Amino acid sequence: MSCYQTLLDYGLRSIGIGERLLPKSDFTLCEHFVLIGSGFVWNFYFGIFALMFGFFLANAVAVAKASHNPWVRKPAEWFIFIFRGSPLFIQFFLAYESFVLLPRVGFDLPLGFTTITVETSWLTKAWLGALIVLTLNTAAYAGEIFYGALNSIPKGDIEAADAYGMSGWPRFRRVMWPTIMRLAWPGYTNEAIFLFQATTLVFFSGFPAFRQQGDALYYASYFSAKTFNPFMAYPVIAFYFILITLALTWIFGLVNKRLNRHLPQNLKARIRLRPQLIR
Amino acid sequence: MKKLILSTAIVALTAGVSLAQDVVRMGTEGAYPPSNFINDKGEVDGFERELGDELCKRAELKCEWVVNEWDSIIPNLVSGNYDTIIAAMSITDERKEVIDFSEAYQPATPSVFVAKSADADIKGGVIAAQTSTIQSGYVAEQGMTLAEYATGDETIAAVRNGEADAVFADGEYLAPIVAESNGELMVVGEPVPLGGGVGIGMRKSDAELRAKFDAAITSMKDDGSLNAMIVKWFGENATTW
Amino acid sequence: MFDSCADPKTLEGLSWFLCFLTSGKQLLFYRSFFIVLILLAVTAPVALAFGFGGAMAARSRIAPLSWFGKGYSAMTRGVPDIVFFLFVPIAMDQALEMIRHKIKCPEWTDPIFRGSDFVVCQQAKFPLSTSPQIYHDLYAFTLAVIAFAVVFGAFAASVIYGAMQAVPRAQMETAEAYGMTDRQAFWRIMVPQMWTYALPGLSNLWMILIKATPLLFILGIQDVVYWARENGGYKTEHFDYPHPDWRVYYFLVLLVFYLLMTKGSEVIIGRLTRNLSHGQATLAGERMRRAGR
Repeated sequence: MSCYQTLLDYGLRSIGIGERLLPKSDFTLCEHFVLIGSGFVWNFYFGIFALMFGFFLANAVAVAKASHNPWVRKPAEWFIFIFRGSPLFIQFFLAYESFVLLPRVGFDLPLGFTTITVETSWLTKAWLGALIVLTLNTAAYAGEIFYGALNSIPKGDIEAADAYGMSGWPRFRRVMWPTIMRLAWPGYTNEAIFLFQATTLVFFSGFPAFRQQGDALYYASYFSAKTFNPFMAYPVIAFYFILITLALTWIFGLVNKRLNRHLPQNLKARIRLRPQLIR
Repeated sequence: MKKLILSTAIVALTAGVSLAQDVVRMGTEGAYPPSNFINDKGEVDGFERELGDELCKRAELKCEWVVNEWDSIIPNLVSGNYDTIIAAMSITDERKEVIDFSEAYQPATPSVFVAKSADADIKGGVIAAQTSTIQSGYVAEQGMTLAEYATGDETIAAVRNGEADAVFADGEYLAPIVAESNGELMVVGEPVPLGGGVGIGMRKSDAELRAKFDAAITSMKDDGSLNAMIVKWFGENATTW
Repeated sequence: MFDSCADPKTLEGLSWFLCFLTSGKQLLFYRSFFIVLILLAVTAPVALAFGFGGAMAARSRIAPLSWFGKGYSAMTRGVPDIVFFLFVPIAMDQALEMIRHKIKCPEWTDPIFRGSDFVVCQQAKFPLSTSPQIYHDLYAFTLAVIAFAVVFGAFAASVIYGAMQAVPRAQMETAEAYGMTDRQAFWRIMVPQMWTYALPGLSNLWMILIKATPLLFILGIQDVVYWARENGGYKTEHFDYPHPDWRVYYFLVLLVFYLLMTKGSEVIIGRLTRNLSHGQATLAGERMRRAGR
């Protein structure tokens, strides 16, 4: 069987397109690359959407934590403490075990042009349940980064804004927020990279795989369980992850450049990868 | 060790050279009552514990019990972490390519679907099964929607909490669970005959050990003590020899 | 444990619960918390040693050694730690058995790797299949410690390397001016001063290490996650203490355990930072000096 044929059969196996049965014996290197690569559809899905939703939530959490009102500050502090203080592995387990206890109901959600029925049973599926956990998790970590950046805004920036008669939302939007982003970006880049790595835990803790559709690590462990040989599947997945890390560093580096474009050359913050944020 | 998937070391030692087997390490899953489970004292218990101890007594072996996760139970046997698998493992051709089996000590029992309602949709619904069992293989091959769980217990939980429409597993395993559920769970659909009975898995190089266990199993079949033990653990309706 | 627990099926209410919580299986669950603590206690120094070695290698003037050190500390950035946990123990185990095979069975002519198979002679197995169970458990635990130490050593290497670079250049120049050799300057000047720069990174690493301990479960060690799943699961009448699915409560206990661990560590590290800042030429040290402490 040619590698092209394998690609057609298994390229999108992780979302149920192509061959129904997984290969059973005589695994080729090509099958390793194709099937594990196909699993990355899930890793990308979790990574991108959790980052997207988590980013907005993180901003809200950071502002809430900086608030003077204890009714706003305390919940934000607890939220950050719980999600940063416990292992993601346990969070997945606990989330899954709690979600299955929910009563199974559906309710209609009008979207204007159409109405979709939202069902609580979706929560126990990885695509929603695990996404929620990852979103909350990254929101807590990123929220702490943004909060740190918020506290490091130079006093002069705020004073200048005041002098211009800016206050409230315009001051936050036009003066504080861009500075927060600029200061937090290197840390946030790390968070994004480690979030992508954390997506491999989804099918290892609680959430079951349906129709043998799982993420990259699910297929890597499938191969190593069948071949009893770890020297093939794990290096393949490691190779993919190094590519992703390089790509993420590049993309976030571009954003970083844009955030710092007004600064003199020697003041620009460079992104350094630090293991500050893995869970 | 769960993920120490080491080798299919089929050690081709020349015949006659065998290590002095002082201790036979019996590998089991410890999560499949009544066949094998960890009792409340934290020890391996169940039908296979009692059977294994009796077989070891008859074969004059000293046995030690080891618990290992189901999905790496064969790799860890062949890599030598223990010497036998006695974990309700059905004898199949696929497994026979990697390991050898003793004579069956429990007859083949059909696998059944268990669901919460009699009209559960088996063809189109979600079927829970334990990873790398003959049942999960069957569900995948039939094109049904397979949901994989690491232990048998989780497959039952999935049906109870509505995650799956039905669980597909060994009939003897499901029977007491159905009986205890006060009508919450019931057997649905037709039973499916799978596997060639339950045997003790051993490395291909351990022919001598296999012969000892075969002899012990045969003697227990002959004097009826094996049937008595099956009835004791699986109830009056259990399939016996 | 108690005499009244002899026949659990007759018990009810609080006394049933008390007996359940003191049953042998529950005691194993409690014991597994100590396994986590032992792992932390053993792994932290080993990982620190790995990290120190990695940082020293990265600073080396010998190019290949320096590449090795830098590559080692870069390794964990690109690849998820769980991949290493799945890979390192197996690789270690195979490497060990291969070396033993070469020593113990020199007459063996067949290849060790046959396709996907890995075949060594019986005597090369480690531990021997005839060894008592405790050795097997210890061996598995040791492999887990090594896996943790390799991954966290890589993190520690980058932290320590950064800390070494952060020691003011003037300090090293002064040491040279006093006629110290490179080695003396390194051990007497750089290493003692480096810790205060390394502490924020290392304490962060300690938090990460705490949060990585549930991965023991993936290595097949019977840790807190294993027993939480086992004891929490639905129990039929075959058990002395039948109960429905209680896993969610068990995992809540684990969550609280980890929150307490991280919170406690935070408090202790806060104190340690204060002590270490004492007398240092850093902002924190200067603040303490001004405050007259």
